[in-house]
Amino acid sequence: MDEMIQIRDLHFSYSAGEGETEPAEEVLKGIDLTIKRGEFVAVLGHNGSGKSTLAKHINAILLPTSGKVTVEGIDTADEERIYELRQKAGMVFQNPDNQIVSSIVEEDVAFALENLGVPYEEMRQRVDESLKAVNMYEYRQHSPSQLSGGQKQRIAIAGVIAMQPDCIILDEPTAMLDPQGRREVMATIKQMNEEKGITIVLITHYMDEAAQSGRIVVMDKGRVVLDGAPREVFSHVEQVKSIGLDVPQATELAWELRRAGYEMPEDILTEQECTEAIMELFRS
Amino acid sequence: MLKDITIGQYFPGSSLIHRLDPRFKIVMTVIYILMLFTGSRLSCLIVGAVYTVMAVLLSKIPMKMFMKSVKPLMPFLLITALINLFLVGTGATVYKWRFINITEDGINISIFMVIRIVLLIMGSSLLTYTTSPITLTDAIERLLTPLKKLKFPVHELAMMMSIALRFIPTLIEETEKIMSAQKARGAEIDTGSFMTRAKNMAAILVPLFISSFRRADELATAMECRCYHGGEGRTRLRQLRSSPRDYTALAVTIVFYAAAIVIAHI
Repeated sequence: MDEMIQIRDLHFSYSAGEGETEPAEEVLKGIDLTIKRGEFVAVLGHNGSGKSTLAKHINAILLPTSGKVTVEGIDTADEERIYELRQKAGMVFQNPDNQIVSSIVEEDVAFALENLGVPYEEMRQRVDESLKAVNMYEYRQHSPSQLSGGQKQRIAIAGVIAMQPDCIILDEPTAMLDPQGRREVMATIKQMNEEKGITIVLITHYMDEAAQSGRIVVMDKGRVVLDGAPREVFSHVEQVKSIGLDVPQATELAWELRRAGYEMPEDILTEQECTEAIMELFRS
Repeated sequence: MLKDITIGQYFPGSSLIHRLDPRFKIVMTVIYILMLFTGSRLSCLIVGAVYTVMAVLLSKIPMKMFMKSVKPLMPFLLITALINLFLVGTGATVYKWRFINITEDGINISIFMVIRIVLLIMGSSLLTYTTSPITLTDAIERLLTPLKKLKFPVHELAMMMSIALRFIPTLIEETEKIMSAQKARGAEIDTGSFMTRAKNMAAILVPLFISSFRRADELATAMECRCYHGGEGRTRLRQLRSSPRDYTALAVTIVFYAAAIVIAHI
């Protein structure tokens, strides 16, 4: 079984409040998506495209209005297996301050394990391993308020890794961080994917972060509009721009040059590739 | 400015008192309070005083810090002393002028009350000085565990306490940000009459409240994501282990208490 997450015809609307006669608008309008084990998927989209709502469906924070979401065969609507599901699919949120529970780093990392009733010896070992995996072991006795945003976010990731999940969903984990913190967090995410084989679903609106993934899903107004490898997705420059998103700068430069009549390859993604293509242009 | 706020006034250290099991420390503090309330003669307090001095010396926390904790209560001490001095009418009169009648008993009781309160403050300060708030919360949770049988929400209370402690620095930081933002918009927070300043506090408190509710909501979701479902079947990373040291300290405390009882009944 290679399918990690299966989403079938997912519709979702926030239920209308009391006294409101008009039905709430659908936030997700029929999403079909299959994510394989070990994939690194970036979900791109503008504000209000429904990307965070989609993320919250994967570990049953929200339940579908209609349609079905399964993670490793567990239906998210199955209340009996909800803790099993949440242990398999961990989630990291945008604001590092609002997801850290304890005043001591190592106790926060242990929080999920305490909830799951993991015995002390094993808990101690898993907490230490998780902290080492995100390079925060020497900070284990610190208070989170002494740490930088990037460090706090890495603690949050460690707290999820301690559950030994098969999949981590990150909802704009770098949106509130400075460039240094963003680099740290991205490096950690990639490392988790490559070394531990954890499936990553990264919700983001930064193009350069999405470009580092293995697959990009672009969402607009509650639908999936593009789905493919970064090169493929960003080669649809006009379509990406039409839904209010940008393409990486190198891709955009190549595209502008091509529009101006120069011969540039269509699938340029990195600065390196762009430089080489331009050098090539000069030579010919 | 706000950064100076410390809650619980914990002084990190590794003295004998610091290293004692927090559960034992709480129990010992309770016995200590009972000790101070045994008997009503000045001689009864000697035991308590000796015990306090001994504990303070062992904690290696400067005496100055204990004086600081007594200081804010000086007016209260003064009033207690004066009331007892003037209103106790028994015993031999020492000084009489019109309606004022100061007696020997009055003087004794005033001194007794003041010493007793000072000792009480010092003893309880010693607990908070040598135990971090989070450890204290943990110890309280474990000591109250038997109450769970009576449906008392012990775990929930402890969880709320520890989350509150966790968010104090976060909210202080946020308050400072809001204050700067409002000052930049011309709000008078540090200047102006008392009334203007009080009114302008609303400009800080309202955004602070709204953001706290949002934080609470997000934190609740994050806790759910990490499988939080109350105190049932929970294990703990922080282990409290009692050692012979703790039992010895408890035994010493009980001996002191017994001595106080004996002196009170002689």
